[in-house]
Amino acid sequence: MTVPGSVQTLVGWDALASALFLLVSLAIVATRQMLATLRLFVIQSLLLAVSATAIGIGTHSVHLLVVAGIVIATKVISVPWVLKITVGGEIYGRREIDQALTIPTSLILAAGLVFFGFFISERLFLTISVPEFTILNLPVGIACVLLGMFTVTVRREAIAQLMGLLVMENAVFFAGAAIASHLPTLAEIAAAVDLPIMTLVFGLLIRQIHRKLGTTRVGELSALGER
Amino acid sequence: MAALTWLLLVPVLAALLCALPLRSGRLAGRVTIIASLAEFLLAADVVRSVLRFGEIESLRGFLVADSLSAVIVLLVTFVALTAGLFSYGYILQHREAHDGARRVEAYFVLYNLFVASMLAAPLLAHLTLVWIAIELTTLMSAYLVAYVDTPEALEAAWKYVILTSAGAVIGLFGFLLLYWGTQTGGEVPFTWQGLLEGASRIPGAIVWLGFLLSLVGFGTKVGLVPLHTWLPDAHSQAPAPICALLSGIETTTVLYMLMRLFPVLEASHVANQSAWFCSVGLLSVAVAAFVLVRVHDYKRMFAASTVEHMGIIMVAVGLGGFPAHFAAIYQIAAHTLTKSLCFFAAGAVLLVTGTQEVAKVRGLMSRSPAAAMALLLGGLGIAGAPPFAVFISEFFIFRAAVLSKHYIVVGLLAVFVVMAFCAITFHITGMVFGPPGEFNGHDSPAVCNWAIAIAFVPVLILGFYLPPFLQSLFEGAARALGK
Repeated sequence: MTVPGSVQTLVGWDALASALFLLVSLAIVATRQMLATLRLFVIQSLLLAVSATAIGIGTHSVHLLVVAGIVIATKVISVPWVLKITVGGEIYGRREIDQALTIPTSLILAAGLVFFGFFISERLFLTISVPEFTILNLPVGIACVLLGMFTVTVRREAIAQLMGLLVMENAVFFAGAAIASHLPTLAEIAAAVDLPIMTLVFGLLIRQIHRKLGTTRVGELSALGER
Repeated sequence: MAALTWLLLVPVLAALLCALPLRSGRLAGRVTIIASLAEFLLAADVVRSVLRFGEIESLRGFLVADSLSAVIVLLVTFVALTAGLFSYGYILQHREAHDGARRVEAYFVLYNLFVASMLAAPLLAHLTLVWIAIELTTLMSAYLVAYVDTPEALEAAWKYVILTSAGAVIGLFGFLLLYWGTQTGGEVPFTWQGLLEGASRIPGAIVWLGFLLSLVGFGTKVGLVPLHTWLPDAHSQAPAPICALLSGIETTTVLYMLMRLFPVLEASHVANQSAWFCSVGLLSVAVAAFVLVRVHDYKRMFAASTVEHMGIIMVAVGLGGFPAHFAAIYQIAAHTLTKSLCFFAAGAVLLVTGTQEVAKVRGLMSRSPAAAMALLLGGLGIAGAPPFAVFISEFFIFRAAVLSKHYIVVGLLAVFVVMAFCAITFHITGMVFGPPGEFNGHDSPAVCNWAIAIAFVPVLILGFYLPPFLQSLFEGAARALGK
């Protein structure tokens, strides 16, 4: 395989993708619009595909090029489409989402999580030597998993929580592109099937909740629990 | 061994059959029961082969089974069979008029797929695929948890899918780190066996972080405290046969993943894995014991008891050594069999009384002796009273802990287990005896009582007698937990 450009250029592309990936994850924490969250998720998935392509060319891993293709097919195309047909524009149209914390508070906590993610990775890098791609992708991956978890926790809206979950999954793939670049193709195909099923199940459940309860603000449901 | 392949094919084929638009829930139910019976016989065949050959594989090593996976597979198929029978009565005869044939068909389609995913998790060789199987158990059961379509059930289903999926993603991160370890540490295949062989060469920091993320991720799905908050909701709102599957075997199937990591940690010498397993387990037992004391809903009571038992199994695994590991396997079997019986009993009681409130159910014995007996036997069984299976397995755990001189663990465990025992028996006796209350329900269909009777047989037998083939199977499984 001919390598277009030097490996250093590819590391540069991956660095750009990593930085933007982190920024988009922070933007998802900060945004107030439902539709904007979905668009940011699509952008984030594209950045994941860019990073996977760069690492794939850099490490001569055809698998990662397949991963990039799968990411575009599932996350950029099928997830928004499945959400649209299951949940419908009425629910995830132009409207605001509320959350348990204010946006500035959330951003300060999110910054703390990012620091924590980088801290853990630095500790790991002290003990083992790793290639440059891993130095870029692993800390961003850990930080964004934490940001996604944070989104799931503070958002009260079902679709916003689902977006947090998808951010987490993107982040794991982002780190995985660097640390697990030679996974068998079978695993990739299975992952490609899994994600649309997941979106479908969540979408149908959100629709059922909306139909039955007239709202998708799942954070306010509190019929269950110990009295 | 073709049996392994068929074990995954049969439930998928059954799901396809149920999906045919015949508008007959009855047919879908019968297909499910026949398929479950076939799966149970196949599982018995797998057990037979495992006992003969040690480890068997199928599809060129794509599927593997050793004693530990065979134990899980046998339990999955047994509960799938009894829960299938119970569903036939509970879902069809109780709800078909209310739900319509199409929803009942959808129930049985997903029921079979749910069982397939739980069978895939212990059988698939490659760990990335195992992860996907675990994620599918959540996705396939989401609709089943929400089946009764009440606001409470939907709330429970939402908490269930969002929290366990988030947990699964964290677990995936842990698995990818371990995969990274297998690649940097000497190119071993990414299977349980490969991880174990390569454990000493994988950098300790990776094994450690991989385990921690798996513990948090899969611990969410197992219901380990403090990640258990969704569990009593989902396990109390789903229809009774689904609760039996969720509480009885789904939790155990995920716990199996954490148990497999125990010998890996032991071989890599990176941390005190025993202390981690024991303290996480004890915390779950302790919190569950306090929840059990003040529980107000009898299905939530059995769900909280699941958290307790997952904790007990974690402790037994953490104690280390063959006797404790044998006790852990015994406890897994005893818990799965007894817990499914408990939820069938809870379903029967719900049909009679129409309420899940402990306080509103009184004098069940004079109103419906069958449901009352099921509840009494299931409740005493899960609390750990003799002569039932849980009593023996807990006795083995205490004995192993005393023999290995873990006196603090024994002391704490004993306090919480006795507390849980008193709480459960107190609630159960209050419901069963006394002057009868006013109930407008009806007795459960005959097929449900048959399911309860079948589920009760092993609970009783394992309380005083372990057949030789199970003895060798459990011993093999216990050895798989050592390095």
